[in-house]
Amino acid sequence: MRVTCTECGAEFDIPDDTMVGEIIVCPECGVELEVVSLEPPTLALAPEVEEDWGE
Amino acid sequence: MRIAVLCSRIRAEEKLLFVELERRGLEYVRIDDREQVFDLHAHNYPFDVVLERAIQHSRAVYMLKIFEDAGLPTVNSHRVAVTCGDKFLVTQAMIHAGIPTPRCLLAFTPESALAGIEHLGYPVVLKPVVGSWGRMVSKINDRDAAEAVLEHRSVLGNYQHTIFYIQEYIDKPGRDIRSFVIGEECIGAIYRSSEHWITNTARGGYASNCPLTPELADLSLRAAQAIGGGVVAIDLLETKDGRLLVNEVNYTMEFRNSIEATGVDIPARIIDYVLAVGRGRV
Repeated sequence: MRVTCTECGAEFDIPDDTMVGEIIVCPECGVELEVVSLEPPTLALAPEVEEDWGE
Repeated sequence: MRIAVLCSRIRAEEKLLFVELERRGLEYVRIDDREQVFDLHAHNYPFDVVLERAIQHSRAVYMLKIFEDAGLPTVNSHRVAVTCGDKFLVTQAMIHAGIPTPRCLLAFTPESALAGIEHLGYPVVLKPVVGSWGRMVSKINDRDAAEAVLEHRSVLGNYQHTIFYIQEYIDKPGRDIRSFVIGEECIGAIYRSSEHWITNTARGGYASNCPLTPELADLSLRAAQAIGGGVVAIDLLETKDGRLLVNEVNYTMEFRNSIEATGVDIPARIIDYVLAVGRGRV
């Protein structure tokens, strides 16, 4: 699936088994992007890590 | 069996769990915490068991309480999430269950924390009570560092940063141990090795197989039971004189690097347990 980085505009492919909610790293600028839709494949800047995130 | 999975960001672990659910043809629904408005007067939810995989501790705690109070079985329980989400509560649980754990002090002001640190002796480890992935965990080697970190913590703004959890520093052999407990069984363990004293795999620690000795399995199971059981990962430290100490317990455990290292199909074991809980067999 072809997607566009919302930060730098780079176009790149993500695997077909990608799920909504996954985090992708832009191969061009390195920013973290969240997959917010698959139809059509759409990315948004991933939320910043907060203090209570973890396991 | 209808399974609700509480989540937001989909980590490798959530994806592996979804793949396992789909492989078995199980009915499940994703509940993205960012999209929910919970009616606190509602008592009926269209599923039979809840699997909590939220990345955000505060939301996990609230959601588990809502579903538990509605009569739904949850993995893990609200009590387990509350306890494991606070390092102080985990330490209390270990101490009162007679489980070996590093010596620990608690203080509420920078001045008393400094006195506590000097009483314990350098180096010490200062940790936020809430947090994960080794975030803001500080090894303090001398008084200058103690004063600096305590001052920084006191001006951060969040009241939780002035709850000073001070832990004895354990000079471990370049690694710690993470064991995995599901229900009544310790299913495997890994070493987490790093040249840095923080060995979390989220911080670059390298995972390799750790033989599951009877001592390690027993201690892990006791630690899990002390915080309420369920699906948990236990972090243990080895002392130079050969003792094992329980350091932390994690309730939304990450395991992406541990499947190959342990040889255990961890997501499959988690789903087995969720099904057992849903059927009332746990």
